Amino acid sequence: MITTTSLYDQLLAVFQERDSEQQQDWLKALKKEAFNGFEASGFPTIKNEDWRFTNVAPFLKDPFKLQPANIPLHEHRNYGAIPGLDAHEIILKNGLLNEDVAIAGLKVTPFRTALGQPALQNYLGKTIPLKNNGFAALNTALFQTGVVIEVEKNAIIDKPVRLIHVYNAEEPFFVQPRVLIVANGGSRLEVVETLFVKGNEPVFINTVSEIHVAANARLDHYNLQVGPSNVRIVNFTQVDQSGDSLYNNHTYTLPGISLVRNNLHLELNGSNTESHLYGLYLTGGNQLVDNHSLVNHKMPHCMSNELYKGVLMDESRAVFNGKIFVQQDAQKTNAFQQNNNMLLSDRAVIDTKPQLEIFADDVKCSHGSTIGSFNPEALFYLKTRGIGEIAARNLLVNAFAFDVTSKAEIPAVRNYIDKLITQKMAEAYD
Amino acid sequence: MLQIKNLQAKVEDKQILKGINLQVNAGEVHAIMGPNGSGKSSLASVLAGRENFEVTGGEVIFEGKDLLDLSAEDRAREGLFLAFQYPVEIPGVSNINFLRTALNEIRAYRNDPPLEAKEFLKLTREKQKLVEFDARLANRSLNEGFSGGEKKRNEVFQLAMLEPKLSILDETDSGLDIDALRIVSNGVNKLRSDKNAFIVITHYQRLLEYIVPDFVHVLYDGKIVKSGTKELALELEERGYDWIKEPVSTEPVN
Repeated sequence: MITTTSLYDQLLAVFQERDSEQQQDWLKALKKEAFNGFEASGFPTIKNEDWRFTNVAPFLKDPFKLQPANIPLHEHRNYGAIPGLDAHEIILKNGLLNEDVAIAGLKVTPFRTALGQPALQNYLGKTIPLKNNGFAALNTALFQTGVVIEVEKNAIIDKPVRLIHVYNAEEPFFVQPRVLIVANGGSRLEVVETLFVKGNEPVFINTVSEIHVAANARLDHYNLQVGPSNVRIVNFTQVDQSGDSLYNNHTYTLPGISLVRNNLHLELNGSNTESHLYGLYLTGGNQLVDNHSLVNHKMPHCMSNELYKGVLMDESRAVFNGKIFVQQDAQKTNAFQQNNNMLLSDRAVIDTKPQLEIFADDVKCSHGSTIGSFNPEALFYLKTRGIGEIAARNLLVNAFAFDVTSKAEIPAVRNYIDKLITQKMAEAYD
Repeated sequence: MLQIKNLQAKVEDKQILKGINLQVNAGEVHAIMGPNGSGKSSLASVLAGRENFEVTGGEVIFEGKDLLDLSAEDRAREGLFLAFQYPVEIPGVSNINFLRTALNEIRAYRNDPPLEAKEFLKLTREKQKLVEFDARLANRSLNEGFSGGEKKRNEVFQLAMLEPKLSILDETDSGLDIDALRIVSNGVNKLRSDKNAFIVITHYQRLLEYIVPDFVHVLYDGKIVKSGTKELALELEERGYDWIKEPVSTEPVN
């Protein structure tokens, strides 16, 4: 157990203080259970199988505060907009939703207000594992800020919703925002999460998202992890899909943020669900990017497809671990998983582990990992057409990423990612 | 345009080219024939700048410049083009985007401004028509899922777009049916002018019925052992390569 004294003591003190103020019994019980979970496991260490390759200790050493610096966040007109993206905006400043958001078909509520609503009990912390899951347990025990987004039944939201996380990094800050999305039956929503950080001090973002996709609903979830190196992110996303629902996740991580750990868990609770998980990580510097996913097929006739691609530069490290469980009842499952990596530097390291556990006997499943580099024949071919080394490498990396980036159905997002790949690769060769 | 003098090259300690001499002038088409393993494709690779070949002697002058001193991309920018025997499939790179990048890199090297989108499109249409290249293929990923014939036609389409001074066609006829062979040859013939030149590498005389060469050279064991006009190709077709091999092996005795 890591006892980064000051941070750990602060967390303990804050929990005790808030626990005595807690009004609702169910919430008090949930938070207590969560904190017990955190106390039992602590912050994960490399002795924990799921964290073997990702040592968070060095990222927790700074003298973090649990409150943001008392320096107002300057207003930015768009907080790093995605060019050409026409979207509704929900802005969370240091986790706080502080503007009234009115989007037809959506109910957007700050968590602070939502906690007073009994209906929240049906969703909050219902399925998220609180044991041996230190970060998510800690968030559950202590989170105060964040947003609840509810899509009305049968509502088709006309434009993507950009969920903008803005953080103040004028002082070291440990922040635990929470997002809950409930897509009611027959609804459709596209969410694009982006990050904007002001200041150069370390920010540790321990975030949890819970997503419920009801029958015949569709949720397209884009997560753009683009930010400066003073940022560290541990993210836990729990998705619960009812029968006949569709959930697509697109996670893009680019050079910058020094630590990214994504935990993406899908629970397929009904039949005829479809899920796509697309990930791209282009890593640089001494960045560490770790993607852990779990897809739990519990019911028959479900389809899941996971494709993660990584391009590693400099001294960066990446980890991929994908688990698929096909439970005994989940006959006629189609479950696919693939992780492909390109190492562009002798000093970059990838640890990849595809895992498949099948308890049903009539399923179609595949999984695999590859690690490679540039195809010298392709590079030569491009050069014989007059294309120079840098442009040729760029074309090949964009081509490698194509299987993932082409799955983005919002053209502005796709163009943005393509441009970032080109730009970040050019910076790396300078 | 091109002078090759006593060119020698090896790959992984194996001597492949053992002193090649060849002069190619603007407006000429040279055919290089020879049995398997004689060094035909190696010669093409060395000229195009493939990295695993090590030049151990001789020189190559292209348009007054020392070709062997240039990187593969600069050779292309100077006007050398290699049509591959096995064109590479590159999924995710669109044919058109690839050609635009290539064309603009070549233009930048010559200090020309990049082509306007409209001009590029016009040029593309024009050349597609000239070499009978299907527009649908042009918009697909580079060679991905193309048949053997489509890949070779794409090579000729690229050749038409980039307008090189010297084109080396490395067994462009292999894997082609009669129709594809005719289309590919027609494309090449339309592109022939008194300003450019072609080196056509082939096993068979058949291609040379379509692309009629000015000179035919026979490569054997890393050397050009016989040169002649197009009639030499016919003679080879009739008699095979054995009679060519003979004089070389008995040379020391004579």
